[in-house]
Amino acid sequence: MDQASLFSLLSFGPDGWGMRFVEGLVVTVEVSVSAYAVSLILGLIGASAKLSSSKIARGIADVYTTLVRALPELLLLLLIYFSGADAIKFVLSLISEDFEDFEVDPFAAAVAALGFIGGAYMTEVMRGAILSIPNGQIEAAKASGMSRFLTLRRVILPQMLRYALPGMGNLWLSATKDSSLISVLGNTQDLLFMGYRASAVTKHYGFFYSVAAILFLAITVISMIVIRLLEARLNRGYK
Amino acid sequence: MDTTLKVEDLHKRFGAVEVLKGVSLEARTGDVIAMIGSSGSGKSTLLRCINLLEIPNSGRVTVNGELIRMKPLPDGTAKPEDMKQVERIRSKLAMVFQSFNLWSHRTILENVIEAPIHVLGVPRKEAIERAEALLAKVGIAEKRNFYPNHLSGGQQQRAAIARALAMEPSVLLFDEPTSALDPELVGEVLQVMRKLAEEGRTMLVVTHEMGFARDVASEIVFLHKGQIEEKGAPREVLSAPKSERLKQFLSSTRH
Ligand SMILES: Nc1ncnc2c1ncn2[C@@H]1O[C@H](COP(=O)(O)OP(=O)(O)OP(=O)(O)O)[C@@H](O)[C@H]1O
Ligand SMILES: [Mg+2]
Repeated sequence: MDQASLFSLLSFGPDGWGMRFVEGLVVTVEVSVSAYAVSLILGLIGASAKLSSSKIARGIADVYTTLVRALPELLLLLLIYFSGADAIKFVLSLISEDFEDFEVDPFAAAVAALGFIGGAYMTEVMRGAILSIPNGQIEAAKASGMSRFLTLRRVILPQMLRYALPGMGNLWLSATKDSSLISVLGNTQDLLFMGYRASAVTKHYGFFYSVAAILFLAITVISMIVIRLLEARLNRGYK
Repeated sequence: MDTTLKVEDLHKRFGAVEVLKGVSLEARTGDVIAMIGSSGSGKSTLLRCINLLEIPNSGRVTVNGELIRMKPLPDGTAKPEDMKQVERIRSKLAMVFQSFNLWSHRTILENVIEAPIHVLGVPRKEAIERAEALLAKVGIAEKRNFYPNHLSGGQQQRAAIARALAMEPSVLLFDEPTSALDPELVGEVLQVMRKLAEEGRTMLVVTHEMGFARDVASEIVFLHKGQIEEKGAPREVLSAPKSERLKQFLSSTRH
């Protein structure tokens, strides 16, 4: 098969895989963004717990980050995806028989699992960032009568962002790659899954996996540009 | 005259070490109290106990006649009964730190309007007008849109003073405001503080600047090992100290 017809396989027509790859790209971005959002929330909670004076909170957060970092991500994903869904179904069945036919939405389950994993790494990034904020600036906030919440919102979070941005940027790049893990779950059609399907159907493995690779690369390049811009903005006043 | 700030029998322990051993102090409206004492005598701790950056183990702090309500705990420490009250009183006690502690992610103007808007609820436009007047007063109006790290130490400290004034505080607490400055920058900050004293502001100033203490203070307090060893009018305290320790301290600072 010559080059021209190889690329015709990528056309957007009914016989081409172009549209399917666009769909895969959208799913990958959706999963990554949603999982990342979950990891931001878990990271913030985790970091607060690690820095809190409560031994119990610190203990739970330590177990969480240790566990996630110890286990292979694919294993964690499968564990959370399958046992998490079963657990939810079980709990719901206890509440009412109406939930008998309840099925966990695979997209939501995958996002929850990936977010749970990312949240552990985010916890460490945010903890480090909060510790980098000069304590005097937090005291200045307290001394001027700010409540804890106001101090968090106006002084700690914006400054934490600056210190955390490099780490958060790396985690975002991991999130886009890790999102491809969900292709093993078999019912979420992300970019890698499309590459696999197209390759299997057409037998042009090298070509279609390269297409998937180029699209992943495109996500990364665009992300890096955005991160660079954010960094420049947050570093105003420091350099 | 009215008593603006009253401190009674304040005790503070860090672990087994008692850093403040029953300190009492009173500032009437317009008083400028200069606190002197050697390193480690507890000056910073006293200031920080007044606005509850440190929680004293016991004692009473009253601001504008309002007592900060504390609850003793079984382990010998204490905690504020009502954080809302603490926050309200803190907003009346502005603090100027040795290391400025300006918020580095905000411009000088934003630093000055931050707490008036978010703590006191002053409308933004009004807060900006007041902030600009204050920045002009401390002589850095043209730096309003700079970030703190782009200013000299003296300018940062003057900005921090403007930030403190923006709260229209009843008392200004200064903790060695010129100690972190290069010698040539000390004068500009002291000059601003003199101006504030002349305006009749109530100030409690921890300082090693004996000239400032002598000329500006209405009272000098000498703290030694967590207790007030001697206090009085500047002229008497500085030229005719009664306590041996104060004599030693003064001769060691005068060279
Ligand atoms: N957070 C803390 N934990 C334990 N000890 C402390 C703490 N803060 C202060 N101290 C101790 O309390 C004592 C008094 O400290 P403080 O900072 O009040 O002294 P100071 O008079 O302000 O000294 P300087 O002139 O050096 O600023 C010192 O011995 C210090 O080591
Ligand atoms: Mg001190």
